[in-house]
Formats: sequence, structure tokens, C-alpha cells
Amino acid sequence: MTGLNHPLLAAASDTADRFGSLFTFINVISVAAFTMVIAVTVYFSVKYRRRSEGQRTSPVKHNFKLEFLWSAVPTVLMIVMFAWGFNDFAALSQTPADALPLRVIAKQWNWTVGYPGLDRECTAEMSADGGAETEFVVPVNRPFTVKLSSEDVLHSFWIPDFKVKKDALPNRYTGYTVTPTEIGDHRFYCAEYCGANHSRMAGTIHVVSQEDWKLWLDGKLEGVPNCKVDPTAPDYAPKLFVKYGCAGCHSVTEDRAIVIGPPLYGLVAKGSETMEDGSSVTVDDNYLRESIEYAEKQRVAGFAGKNMPAFRGRISEVELDALVNYIKGLGAVDQAPTNEDGTKSE
Amino acid sequence: MSTAVDAGQHAEAGHGHDAHPAYLQHHFDNPQQQEGAAKLGMWLFLGTELLMFSGLFLAYFYMRSQYPEMVHEYHEYLNKWMGALNTLFLITSSLTMALAVRSAQVGKAKLSGRLLLVTIAFGLAFMVVKYLEYSAKFEHGLLPGDAFAEHVAGGVQAGWYGGPQLFFGIYFIMTGLHGVHVLIGIGLLVWIYVKTQRGAFSGNYYTPVENVGLYWHLVDLIWIFLFPLLYLVK
Amino acid sequence: MATTTVEGAAPAHEHAEELDFYKASRGIKSWLLTLDHKRIGLMYLAGVLLAFFAAGVIAIIFRAELMTPQIDLLAPAVGEGSATIGRELYNKLFTLHGAMMVFVFIIPAIPAALGNFLLPLMLGAKDVAFPRLNLLSFYVWLTGTLILILAILAGQLDTGWTFYTPYSTSTHGAAPVVLAVTGAFVLGFSSILTGLNFVVTVHKMRAPGLTWNRMPLMIWALYSTAVIQVLATPVLAITLLLLLFENAFNVGIFNPAMGGDPVLFQHFFWFYSHPAVYIMILPGFGIISEIIAIHSRKHIFGYKAIALSSVSIAVISFLVWGHHMFVSGQSEFASALFSFLTFAVAVPTAIKVFSWVATLYKGSISFNTPMLYGLIFIFTFSIGGLTGLHLGTLSTDVHFHDSYFVVAHFHYVMMGGTVIAFIGGLHHWFPKMFGKMYNENHGRIGALLVFLGFNLTFFSQFVLGAQGMPRRYAEYDPEFQGWHVASSIGSFILAAGLLWTLIYLLMALKNGKKATANPWGGASLEWATSSPPIAHNFHDTPHVDSDPYNFPEIDHTMKTGHH
Ligand code: HEA
Ligand code: HEA
Ligand code: HEC
Ligand code: CUA
Ligand SMILES: [Cu+2]
Repeated sequence: MTGLNHPLLAAASDTADRFGSLFTFINVISVAAFTMVIAVTVYFSVKYRRRSEGQRTSPVKHNFKLEFLWSAVPTVLMIVMFAWGFNDFAALSQTPADALPLRVIAKQWNWTVGYPGLDRECTAEMSADGGAETEFVVPVNRPFTVKLSSEDVLHSFWIPDFKVKKDALPNRYTGYTVTPTEIGDHRFYCAEYCGANHSRMAGTIHVVSQEDWKLWLDGKLEGVPNCKVDPTAPDYAPKLFVKYGCAGCHSVTEDRAIVIGPPLYGLVAKGSETMEDGSSVTVDDNYLRESIEYAEKQRVAGFAGKNMPAFRGRISEVELDALVNYIKGLGAVDQAPTNEDGTKSE
Repeated sequence: MSTAVDAGQHAEAGHGHDAHPAYLQHHFDNPQQQEGAAKLGMWLFLGTELLMFSGLFLAYFYMRSQYPEMVHEYHEYLNKWMGALNTLFLITSSLTMALAVRSAQVGKAKLSGRLLLVTIAFGLAFMVVKYLEYSAKFEHGLLPGDAFAEHVAGGVQAGWYGGPQLFFGIYFIMTGLHGVHVLIGIGLLVWIYVKTQRGAFSGNYYTPVENVGLYWHLVDLIWIFLFPLLYLVK
Repeated sequence: MATTTVEGAAPAHEHAEELDFYKASRGIKSWLLTLDHKRIGLMYLAGVLLAFFAAGVIAIIFRAELMTPQIDLLAPAVGEGSATIGRELYNKLFTLHGAMMVFVFIIPAIPAALGNFLLPLMLGAKDVAFPRLNLLSFYVWLTGTLILILAILAGQLDTGWTFYTPYSTSTHGAAPVVLAVTGAFVLGFSSILTGLNFVVTVHKMRAPGLTWNRMPLMIWALYSTAVIQVLATPVLAITLLLLLFENAFNVGIFNPAMGGDPVLFQHFFWFYSHPAVYIMILPGFGIISEIIAIHSRKHIFGYKAIALSSVSIAVISFLVWGHHMFVSGQSEFASALFSFLTFAVAVPTAIKVFSWVATLYKGSISFNTPMLYGLIFIFTFSIGGLTGLHLGTLSTDVHFHDSYFVVAHFHYVMMGGTVIAFIGGLHHWFPKMFGKMYNENHGRIGALLVFLGFNLTFFSQFVLGAQGMPRRYAEYDPEFQGWHVASSIGSFILAAGLLWTLIYLLMALKNGKKATANPWGGASLEWATSSPPIAHNFHDTPHVDSDPYNFPEIDHTMKTGHH
């Protein structure tokens, strides 16, 4: 449905179209109610202004019919608003199968937008004045799903032109699905107060045509950052470990603290792992790979009832390699892990 | 609206009027009004106290629903017997308090005074046990938040996700706030006792005794919820 | 005898020597230790006006900053990180502005200042039920305010008035937040004490014949407000206590890194703060009901509907807090429920607005200053309330949440609603409180300036918000500048109007004409005693035998044409 869009507001997504119709509906009712109230007030004020001190006034105190009417009509109108709003709201969390997944991570004060499985990650370093302008690219007319979380305090991912917003929380995922419908640049902002540079935690979304999107994936689109990640960079794997939420369940420090899953420090050095069924498995590349892709296949002893999501299909080959190598390195003789890689323990 | 001079009513808000007994404050028309106001006020106040604690109970239930195992494990560190003893103290003191109010109502000031002393004694006994419990917790480092010591937690660090420092946080804030109420209650009881000794109350005027009694019962009531929730988790 | 003036209006002869409450006793001590509700009310009035002034000036300062997209006014001219320093200052300013306006000014403004003065008078009582508690609540308020100011001086209080966790528990060390929260906690107690006192007073201190159905709507409003204060504030107290504890000991209840839940704090906070918005507005409704009826000399239309809608608003207001959290990650089912209930509160409010308008019908409408404020209220509050509907609707709030649209909404209801009603009420009862008249023409000019300035300031913000301007932003994208400039200019006009108002009122205190006991021809009891009232309010306990809107001008032979 193409909405009755408000001339003042940009409408660049399916959600924005729906928003436009409902916004117009509420506006019409509000303006009508307001005009009526004010017109009657002004009319009475003029007509019944005090002309003399002793001016007589009417004894009317109530009028049941009138009162019933002006209670019932707003009630009905508001029920319509509610139902309509709820319907559109529910649509935000319906995710079609072909949606492009985006992993959006907020922190004081910049955004990181990752493309799971595509080896791409857009972010911006903070400039000297505290600002950071993240830019990322999505194709037009294809829904994308935002999976949001925060590394510190609350933030909120707002794209005004798309009329969507959701808070980013430090302890769970939130998100929404939206389909951009207009090619061009659209601003996004952090809408939940998060401290000093809250007002500079913004960025731009480049909505591009399907052809340009393919070009971008090939690293050939001009004029926009290509966000390619370098799998050889030393912080590549630790970042992935945080990005995919591994750090939420596994500690990687020497103390081998148990968060939810088994500690990973020194796992490879241990050589073998005991399973819930009593068998023993050698910890090698394949074991690690399998643990990540299909965690439930073999259950480590002592972790009955605790589940790890299967990452098969949600993680690219390059990323998988990097993670496996990273875990192998943990507690290996010459390479003590730093505390920067997103560990929960102190 | 119209007003008319009510000749029957006392004409002036003057003092020393004979319709005004000494305890009647000048802005009230008669003792019934004063008593009604004091009681309604007290009940409302008790309502606010209950609401305040119910916020804490909500926080408790929230924590318990998130980390049932942790709560189950760590409530064992509380001393059930001390808790039970304190429950006994408070329930008994509620009884002696009720008797004190009753005695005041029938004008037996002396008896009322003695019962108040017994109530105060139970209140103090409660605080002594509380002190013993708290100092044991302090000794073992079973404390809220950062103060939670490492050695008792079986190798798990303070700051651990969903850890026992949460349980002890709630434990201390709930029992602490309750303890403050007991202390205030003891203070009020002492005040009432002194007034009783001075002969301030009679069979006609005993509202303050009643109100302090209500307060004391509330403090007791809250403990009766706290005890099973914190000490006897199942 | 609803025909002519009320007996006792002019000091009756045998009491002619009795002094008004200003002159009844003298000296600074007689004020600081007074148990007289009228003096306590006036002390509150001075206090809240000072707070309003301070918080308002802060707003003007940051509005000046917002004239340009970059941070400039508040930032040091040069130096490393100067922009960040400027932004931090901006954040502190709006935090102070919001916290002061809400906790120090607007919650006590009408109940504790005007309400304290008027409630016993309107009830025909000598005082509130617990005068000592009343004085205590004033000093508790003062203490809370001072602690809050201390928090400001301690620096780095920049959490916003909502103190959202985990930001409020994780930055800058605990001290300023602990102090500010303690301040708000103490202020909450003051509010509870006032509320408790008022509930008991209304129940127990009504003059003979003053049945529930004969109570002026101002009393109904103060009563409903007091009920909310008593029921909701304890939850705020415990929320703040938990936050305090969290800050002091790092327990982790609200800290995700330790297994707590930051969103839990939002539930706690709004469980109080939503009902609090009705603590703010209900007394305003009360004032408007009085003003509209008296200055059009008409029986208020729909007395019962207005009175009962106050009570139903008070009840439902406890069930809608989650409408501040539609995008916070709470469950969709909860959001839907909260949205639905939000609309349920809007209906009783609509009923009130319509009833006020209907009251004007066939009245004798005088355009003096209080009435002008009454009419302005209908205008501005309707806009504020109607835009509440945009926010109560789920999918539109997703866009508007935390934007200037919300800022505009709540200023339209708080400033355009409560504060306008407060200023109107101040004018309406000014003769009663001070025994002096102000200059009507000065009053009308002031009202006009305030009206124009206010709408320019905040209407622009609706546009800004809809276009995508987030709130709590020290800097913004250049395309928003036009509307920001308009808003800032509006705020300067508004400030000028308020300053003007303050000045002519102060002048009236000194040089104003002496006021009669009943300058507007009101029929409720406060007009039945001298202006200013004597220390014990009434020479004789008044008796009531008809309702408070039975004006002598009402022509009972007139056809209403509606039946
Ligand atoms: C005086 C205070 C006050 C009052 C009275 C209200 C009244 C209302 N408020 Fe408001 N509100 C605030 C103060 C107030 N609010 C504050 C301070 C905030 C933000 C806090 C913060 O985040 O910092 C806020 C935020 C806020 C939000 C959250 C927005 C967000 O953050 O995303 C919502 C959402 O539902 C909302 C809704 C409403 C509604 C539906 C009403 C209704 O009660 C309004 C009812 C009135 C009318 C409907 C108008 C009059 C009626 C007519 C003219 C008749 C015609 C009507 C019809 C035909 C329908 N408000
Ligand atoms: C009662 C509540 C109240 C009132 C009255 C006001 C009044 C004003 N507010 Fe405020 N405001 C809030 C409550 C209020 N505000 C809250 C709760 C927030 C949110 C904070 C947060 O995000 O945490 C906020 C936020 C807020 C913002 C958003 C900041 C941001 O998000 O970045 C802005 C921006 O323009 C603003 C502006 C103003 C202005 C220009 C006024 C003007 O109307 C002020 C006019 C007043 C004066 C200039 C003082 C003059 C007074 C006198 C001279 C005395 C008068 C005496 C008599 C009449 C007798 N306010
Ligand atoms: C929701 C919690 C959770 C997340 C997220 C999670 N894991 Fe796990 N993980 C577990 C649990 C529980 C186990 C043990 C149970 C099992 O083996 O199935 C486990 C087991 C493992 C093992 C085997 C450990 C051993 O001792 O043999 C590896 C390796 C592993 N995870 C790696 C990862 C990586 C890499 C990621 C991120 C891409 C990740 N995990 C994300 C919970 C999680
Ligand atoms: Cu991030 Cu605001
Ligand atoms: Cu609300």
C-alpha cells in the first residue's frame, strides 16, 4: 500500500508508507477535534462575552445525550487508532526468509554494522572531536533485519526516513525488519541518551540499486566505503568472538571461569575433552569446527541442559577459520590472551 | 453556595474553650474528628509502607525467577534458626503490643506501660540477633555487590554473572530497611512509654498508642513475609 | 441563599479587630515555624517559583546553544576535546532543567503551594488535618532541593531526569548520581506527606453540609492527586533506594554485566513517573474548572463527569507506564496492552475538555487575566493531549520516541497545561492570597506574550521531531536549524512574557489596589472570608447548603434549549 505521506516527512521504506497513512489518520482526527474545540470556544467567547455586570446566565448543568456522544465518539476513534497501530507495529518483527541480516553493535560512541557471512563490517573510528560517522550500504527493495545489541549502556538505532527505531541493550538482542524503497542516502541516529557524545553517534545508510549492490559486494562500487574486513588483522578473530556472542557464554582467560559454556582457554592444550556420554574426543580443528557449527552434536560433560546455538550457515568460511585458529591460540604456550577480547570476567 | 453562622457551634477558634480538652488540637472541632483523622492518616501511611516494600518484593521475585538455582544455593548461608528466633520475638512482641493498646483503652496506664517495656525488650532482642547475623555475614564476606568476598563463593569471582552478590544485595536491602523500621518502632515505643508514664493517655484519649501499635504490627507483618522468602526458599 | 454576597465575606462587625494572617503574628520565626497552612503555602510558592525561574533560565541558556548546529556557546573556544566538554555541559544543563522542573517545581507547584493555601479554605476548615506534618513536608522539600543542588555542584550529573541504567550506574563514579537520587528520594517523601495530609483533610475536615457532591472541583482534583501521590511515590522511593544501593555497592540488580536487567529499572521508574504526570496535570484541571465556571458565572457543565473522570484517571494512570517503553525491548504483548490502556486514559480527559467548552455556553464571560489563561489552557493542553495520541499509538511512537516530538508533547501538557493553569490560578487567587489587585491590562499583555512565545517555541519542535531530530542532542544536522532557531526565538519571547508577569505581580504586591473579599463573585468557601483571610480562616464555622457553582447570575427561568 502506498501511504498518504506527509509532505514534510521523507518516506523511504515500507514501514514509512504505513506510518504515513496512520499518521495522516491521527492528524485528521486531531486537527478536526482541535478545530472543533477551538471554534466552539471562540464562538461562545464572543457571543457570550460579558456585556453588563448582572448579565444572566443559563442554568444548564449537564446533558446526558451530549455527554454520551462526546465520550463514545472519541472512544471509537481511539480503538481504531490502537488497532491500526498495533497491526503496523507487529509487522516490524516479521522477518521474511530473503531478508539481509545485519548485525548492529552500539557502543559509546559509534556504530558497527556487520554483514554476517559476507566478510564485511562498516564502522567508523571516533574523530578528535568525539564524532563518528558510520556509513553502510543496503540494496533497495530487499528487506533487511537488524540484530541489535550494545557493548555498554543503552543506545537506540533510529532511521527517521524509514520510521523505525529500537533500543540496543547490553544484555539481549533486539531488532526489526524493514524494506528500504528509495535509493539514496538516509541518516540514522542514536536516539537513546548515552553520554557525552550521544549527539555525534550518527551515520548514513546508502541505499543502492540491486546492480550497485552486486558491485559493492565485489568491492567495485565507487563513492561508498566498501567495508571489507581483513581476516589477517590481529583483532579480527577476537572481534568476531564478540560479534557472534561467543564472549557472552565462554571465558577466554587463564582463570578458566565458567560463564555458561565451557571455558576455552587451554582447550587445545588439554588435547582431549570428555563428553556427556562418557566418551573422550580429541580436540582438533575438526572438533572445534563441529562444536561451532553444530554444537548439540556432542555435548561436553557437565553442561547438560545448557545449549549453544548452532552457527552453521550463519557464519562464513573465512570467519570460521579465524575462530578456530583463535581458539587454538588460547592458552597455547607463547601466546597469552589479552583481556581486550570481550571477556566478561575481571 | 451559601454559608450561615452556626450559632450552636463554638463561635471562635479560640483556645481554652471548654469543649476543647487539652489534647484536642485547635483546628479540630471535636475529639472524634481528631481521632478519625489520626487513624485515617496512619492507615494511609501504613499503605505507603506496604507499597514501598512491595517494590522490593518485586525485585526479589524478579531476581529469583532469573536465577532460581543461585538463590536456592545461597539462601543456605542464612541462619534459619536465628531467623526463626527473630520471628518468634516479633510475633510475641505483637501480642504484648496489642495487650498494651488494650490496657490503654481501658485506662490501665500502669499495665500498659509495663507491656510497652516488654515490647521494647523484644524489639531490642530482635536487633541483637540481627546484629549477630549481620556480623557473621560480614565476617564471611557474604556481602552485596563488590564487597562480596571471593573465598566463600567457591572460586567464583565477585561480579560473576547472576551471582550470589545479587542475592545478598537483596537480602541486605530488605532486611536492612526492615531493621531500620524496627529501630524507628522502638523509638516510637519509647516515646509512647514516656508519655504513658507522664499520664498523657486515658480511657478517652489513646490514639497515639493505637497508632504506634498499628505501626509495630506492620513491622511484624513485613518480617513474616521476609522470613520465609529469604530463609526458607524451596 | 445563593443570591447575594455571602455572610462573613466582609469581616463581621464584632470581629472587626481580628487581624489577617499576615499581621496575626510577626517576625521571621513566626514564618519559619508556622503551622498555618496559608503561610506554609506561601513559603512553598516562593520556593517553587524560584525553582521554576532557575530551571527556566537554564532552558533559555541551552536554547541559545541550539540556535546553531554546532556546539559553540557552551564549549571553550579552543583546546583539546573542547567540543566534547561543551556537549557534556549541554547534557548537564538539560538534566538539571528536567530534574528541577519535575521534582522540585511542578510536582509540588499546585498542590503544595496553591493547594496548601486553598484546600482548608475551600473546605471551610481551620487548617489541614496535620499542620505539623505540613510544615515538616516543607522542610523535607527544602532538604531534598538542597541535596539536588549539591548534586549539581558536585558536577557530572548528566543522566537525564530519567536516570536510566546502566548509564546512571556506570559513569563518572557514583557520587553525583547518588546525591541526585537521594535528593529525589527526599523530595518524594515531601510529596507523600502532602498527599497523605490532603486525603485525610478532605475526608475529615469538610465543613458541615459540604458533601462530596458539593465540593468544588479544585478539591476533587487535589484529592485525586493526593491519592496518586500516596500510592505511587513509595514505588519511586524504593526504585531510587535500589538505584542508590546499586551505585554505592555495585550489586548488579540493574547491571547487565552482573546478571541484572537495565530495563527493570525503566519499569520501576515509569511505574511512578507516569502516574506522576497526572500528579502534575490533575490539579491544573481543578484550577481550570474553577476559573472557567467563575469567570463565566456559569454552573460548571458536567460536574459529576469531571469529578469522576479525575478519579478514573487516577486509577487507570497506574496501568499505562509501559507506553514509555515501546521500543525498549519489552514484549510486544505488553506494549499492546499498554497502548490500549493509554487510550483509555485519554477518554476521561477528552470529557473534561468538552465539559469546559460547554460551560461557556450562554455564560457571562469576562476576559480578565485568569480567564485568558483558562482559554489558553484549552488551546495548548488540547494540542499536548492530542499529540499524546500519536505517541500512544504503537507504530507511530516507534518513530517519535525520544525525538523532539516527545519533547514538544510534554511541554505542551506540562508547560502549556500545568504551568499555564498554575499561572492562571495564581492570578485567580492572587487577591485572596495577598489582598491586592494586579493591573488587568498588564496581565493581558503578559498572557498574550506567553501564549505566542510558548507556541512558537514548542510547535516548531513537533515539526523537528517528526522530521527526525532526536532529543538530548547538543549538536544536530544543519537541515534542522531553521526550526531550531524559531523555537529558540519563541523561548526568548516566552521568557520575556514570564518575566513581565513576575514584575507586575511583584509591583501589585506593593502598590496594587486593595482587594475585596470576593472580587470575581465566586461561590465557593474561600471567597467567603476576608482577603487575605484571618489566621483561623473563618470567624464562624461555615455551613454549606448548596453547590459551589450556584452563582447568583444564573437565571433559573431561562430555557436551556437542550432538553
Ligand atoms: C502533564 C503531564 C502529561 C500529561 C497530562 C500527558 C498526557 C498524555 N500523554 Fe504524555 N508524557 C508526559 C507528560 C504528560 N503526558 C511526559 C513528561 C512525557 C515524557 C517523559 C520523558 O520521556 O522524558 C510523556 C510521554 C508520553 C508518551 C511516551 C512517548 C515516548 O517516549 O515514546 C506517551 C505514549 O503513549 C504519552 C501519551 C500521553 C497520552 C495519550 C496522554 C493523554 O492523557 C492525553 C489526553 C488528552 C487529549 C486526548 C486531548 C484533549 C481532548 C480533546 C481535545 C478531545 C478530542 C479527542 C479525540 C476526538 C480523540 N506521553
Ligand atoms: C514542568 C516542566 C517543564 C517546563 C515548565 C519546561 C520549560 C521549558 N523547557 Fe523543558 N524539559 C522538561 C520539563 C519542563 N520544561 C523536562 C522533564 C525535560 C526533559 C529533560 C531530559 O531529557 O532529561 C525538558 C527538556 C527540554 C528540552 C529538550 C532538551 C533536549 O532534549 O536536548 C528543551 C529544548 O528546547 C526544553 C526547553 C524548555 C523551555 C524553553 C522552557 C520554557 O518554557 C521555560 C520558561 C521559563 C523561564 C524562562 C523562567 C522565567 C520564570 C520567571 C521569570 C518566573 C515566573 C514567575 C511568575 C510567572 C510569577 N526543555
Ligand atoms: C548461548 C550460549 C553459547 C554461545 C553464544 C556460544 N556457545 Fe559455545 N558452548 C556453549 C555451551 C553450553 C557449550 C557446551 C555444550 C555443548 O558442547 O554442546 C559450548 C561448547 C563450545 C565448544 C566446545 C568446548 C569444549 O570444551 O569442548 C566450543 C569450541 C565452542 N562452544 C565455541 C563457541 C564459539 C566459537 C561461539 C561463537 C561463534 C560459541 N561457542 C557461542 C554455549 C555457547
Ligand atoms: Cu548512543 Cu545515544
Ligand atoms: Cu506516560
